[in-house]
Amino acid sequence: MSETTATIIFALVVLLGAVSAAAVLTWFERRLLGIWQDRYGPNRLGPLGIFQVLADMLKLLTKHDWVPPFSDRVVFVFAPTALVVAMMMGFAVVPFSETLYIIDIDIGLLFFLGMTSLAVYAVLLGGLASNNKYALLGGLRSAAQMVSYEVFMGLSLMGVVMLTGSFSLQAIVLAQVDGWYCFSQILGLYVFLIAGIAESHRLPFDLPEAEHELTAGFHTEYSGMKFAMFMLGEYLGLILISCMITTLFFGGWLGPDWLPGLFWFSLKTFFFICFFILLRAAIPRPRYDQLMSLGWKVLLPITLLNLVITGALALSLQGAS
Amino acid sequence: MLSAESTGNGTIVDDLFARFGAGLFVVQPTVDNTPTLWVAAGELLEVLSFLKPHYPMLYDLFGIDERQREHRSGLPAADFAVVYHLLSLKPVAEIRIKVSVIEPEGEVPTAIGIWPNANWYEREAWDMFGIRFSGHPNLRRILLPPTWEGHALRKEHPARATEMEPFSLSEERQEYEQEALRFRPEECGMETASADTEYMFLNLGPNHPSVHGVFRIALQLDGEVVVDAVPDIGYHHRGAEKMGERQTWHSYIPYTDRIDYLGGVMNNLAYLQAVETLAGIEVPPRAKVIRIMLAELFRISSHLVFYGTFAQDLGQMSPVFYMFADRERLFGIVEAITGARMHPAWFRIGGVWQDLPEGWDKMVREFIDFMPARLDDYDKMAMQNSILKQRCVGIGSYSAQEAIDWGITGPSLRATGVDFDLRRDRPYGGYDQFEFEVPTANNGDCYDRAVVRVEEIRQSLRIIRQCLDNMPEGLYKSEHKLTTPPPQEATLHDIETLIHHFLSVSWGPVMPAGEASSLIEATKGINSYHLVSDGGTTSYRTRIRTPSFPALQQIPLISRGLMIPDLIAILASIDFVMADVDR
Repeated sequence: MSETTATIIFALVVLLGAVSAAAVLTWFERRLLGIWQDRYGPNRLGPLGIFQVLADMLKLLTKHDWVPPFSDRVVFVFAPTALVVAMMMGFAVVPFSETLYIIDIDIGLLFFLGMTSLAVYAVLLGGLASNNKYALLGGLRSAAQMVSYEVFMGLSLMGVVMLTGSFSLQAIVLAQVDGWYCFSQILGLYVFLIAGIAESHRLPFDLPEAEHELTAGFHTEYSGMKFAMFMLGEYLGLILISCMITTLFFGGWLGPDWLPGLFWFSLKTFFFICFFILLRAAIPRPRYDQLMSLGWKVLLPITLLNLVITGALALSLQGAS
Repeated sequence: MLSAESTGNGTIVDDLFARFGAGLFVVQPTVDNTPTLWVAAGELLEVLSFLKPHYPMLYDLFGIDERQREHRSGLPAADFAVVYHLLSLKPVAEIRIKVSVIEPEGEVPTAIGIWPNANWYEREAWDMFGIRFSGHPNLRRILLPPTWEGHALRKEHPARATEMEPFSLSEERQEYEQEALRFRPEECGMETASADTEYMFLNLGPNHPSVHGVFRIALQLDGEVVVDAVPDIGYHHRGAEKMGERQTWHSYIPYTDRIDYLGGVMNNLAYLQAVETLAGIEVPPRAKVIRIMLAELFRISSHLVFYGTFAQDLGQMSPVFYMFADRERLFGIVEAITGARMHPAWFRIGGVWQDLPEGWDKMVREFIDFMPARLDDYDKMAMQNSILKQRCVGIGSYSAQEAIDWGITGPSLRATGVDFDLRRDRPYGGYDQFEFEVPTANNGDCYDRAVVRVEEIRQSLRIIRQCLDNMPEGLYKSEHKLTTPPPQEATLHDIETLIHHFLSVSWGPVMPAGEASSLIEATKGINSYHLVSDGGTTSYRTRIRTPSFPALQQIPLISRGLMIPDLIAILASIDFVMADVDR
C-alpha cells in the first residue's frame, strides 16, 4: 500500500471519526447538561439513551428538504455546506499522535486559522440568504463578532509560534516536551479560549443565534438536513477548538509512555469539550456591544502584552544559548 | 409625590363639595365603603385634576353597561358608566369617580392629559363597550382583533358560541384576518426613514421565546437600536370578564386561577375578598391563616418562575432548571393540601374547601428549612454574576414618579424606592398578624426589579413560618349563610338545610345587590376584582384589574434608545403573564 493511499484512508477515518464524534456530542452534551442541571436529558433510547443520536439523525434526514421561496436559493444551500467543509478541512493539520496526522505542513497553524475564518462566511451568507429579519440581525452580529475575534485569536497564538519558531503543529507539540505552553503562554491561552468560544459561537457567546433575542438568529429559516449541517459544523468547531487548545497549550499527544499518544490527545481534548459544555451551562450572555468592547479593550491589550513579554523572553533565551 | 396631604376619606369628599358644589355630584353608597361619586362628563377632567394631588395613581378605568341593571335607584340616568378608580399610596385610600354615558351621542373626555396610563384603559373601554373618549389620539381596539364586530361586554353581545352562527374560516376570511394583523408603521405615527437611515420594522412576537406567552411588540429599529416600540396585546384574551356574568359567584372561582396563571390561589383571594365584602362574610381566623399560607406559597412559586426565566432570558441556561425543581417541591405541598398544582381553585366563599391534611406541617417545614440555602446558591449563581449585572444594571429604569403615573404596582414599584405594600400598609385577610419586611431598591432598573423579588421570596418564607408556628384552631369555613358550599355539618339535617344546600349548590348563592372591590398585593402587583351584584346568582359586571396590564403599556417609554437584548432584559424583569394582561 502506497503512502498516498494510506493517507487517503486515514483522512477518511478522521472525517468519519469527527462526524461521529460530533453526532455523539449532541447526545453527550444534553446528558452532561442534564446531570449538571438536576434532570435526566435524553435517556430513553438504548443504553443511557445513546441511540437518541440515531433517532435524531433519522428525523433530520427524513425531514422535508425545504428552501423558503423568498430566500436566495443557491447561497441558502451553499452556506451550511461551506461551514462543514471549512471545519473538516481544519482537521487536516491536527496531529493526533506522533505518527497519526493527515498532513504536517509548515504553515499548519495558519491553515487552521484560515479554515476557521471561512466559517464566518457560512454564517454570514446563511443569515443574508434567508431574507429574514432575525437571520439578518444574526448574520450582522456574527460578521462583527467573528471578524474581531479572528484578530485576537490569531495574535494570541503568535506567542506559541515565537517560542517554537515554527507554524508546524507537530513542531509545536514537540517543543512542549520540556513544559506545556499553558504555563508560559497563560495569557495567550486565556485569550484563545475566549476567542475560541466566540469563534464557534456557543453560549455564552452565541450572539448570532441568541435564541432569547433573535429566535434562532442566522439559522432561523433552516430546517432538516441543512439545519443539521449547521449543527454539525458547530460541534465540529467545538471539537476542533478543543483539539487546538490541546495541541497548542497542553502538549498535544505528549504524555507518559505507558499509553499511546492518541489516548493522551483524546483525553485532553475530551476534557476541553466538557469544559466548553459546562461553560455553556454556567454563564449568561453578554450584550453584543459588550462583547465587542471586551474584545477590543481587554483582550487586544492582553494579547499585545503577551507578545511583548514572549518576544523579550524568546530573545533573552536566544542570547543565553 | 405619594399623596400631597393626608386627606382622609371623609374629608376629600367634603373638599370636593366645597370646591365644586355638592349639587354636581351624586354619591353612590357601596358595600366596600369606597367613596363613589357620579359626576357629569363636562366637569370630569376638572374633578380628576383636583383629585390627582391626593390620589396620584389612576389605579383602574373601566366601563359598566348600566342598561339592564335593576338596582340602581338614586343613580343618574346612564346607558354606560365609566369608572375612574384612583389610589393614594400614603395613606392608602381609594376613590371612584363615575361618569354616565347616554347613547348614542354620549362621549367622555380623555384623561390621558392627567394620567398617561389612561390610554390603554380607554381603548379597552372603547373596545368592550363602544364608549367614545373625545380627544383620545389612538382610539382603536386593543384586546379584540380589529375585525371584530360589536363590543363584547355590552349586554346584548352573545356570551356563548351557541348564541352565534357556527364558526368557519374560509380562505378569504383568513386572508382578511391576516391582513388586519399586518403592522403598519404609519398607523402608529411612525416614520419609515430618518434623514440618514431607513428603519427596519421587526415583529417581535406574538410567538417569540422571550415574550412569555403570546405578546407582540412591533419594533422600529435602527440597526439593533430600538427607536420606538408598539406593544400589541389581546392574543391571550379569553373574555374572562364576560364569563363572570354567566358563572355563579361560586363557579367563577376556577376561572380566576387562570388570570395570573402563576399566582394560583392568590387570584381566588382577590376575587373572594370582593365577594365576601358583598356578602358581609367574616372569614374565621384559621381559614385566614390557611389562605395566607397558600397565597405566600404561590408568591414564592411565581417569583421562582420569574427568577429562572429572568436568568434564562439573559442567556443563563441553568438557573431555571434548579428553580423549577424547587417549584416542583412546592407544588408537592400544594398538591397534598389542595389536590391540584397550578390552579387549585381551592378557596371558597367564606373560607377554604377543606381543612389542612394530616402531616401538612412537616412538608411545609421541610420546604422552608430547605429554601434559604438554595436562595443563597442562586444569589451567587445569578444575581452576583458580573455579566448578568452588566446586562441589567441601569437598563430599563424608571423613576418612582413615572411608575406611579403609569399605574405600576408591586415589586416593580418598590424597585424604584417606593416603600408601599398593601399587606403592611392596609392589611387585608389577616396580614396584620404577621411580621415581615417590605424590600425596596433604589434605581428602578432591571436589576433592582429582580433584587426586590428575590428578597420577597425570603420574606414569604418568613410569613409561612409564622403561619406554621401559629396556625389557629377552629373553623376553616365561615358559618355565614352565604358560605358556599355550606359547611357539611350544617347540611342535610332537615328539609330546610337540605333545600339550602341544594339551592346553593345547584343555582348558586344570591349576593345582595351592591358594588365592591378588594385590593390585594398579588404576585406581580395589586390585583382586584370590581364586582357589581344586581341581586342575582351571577355577577352583573366583573372587572378584573391586573398588575401586568399597565406594565406592558409602559414598555415603549423605558426601551427607547436601547438595544434588542436590553428590551429582552426589560421584558424579563417586569414579570408579566399574558393571561393576566389580556384576561
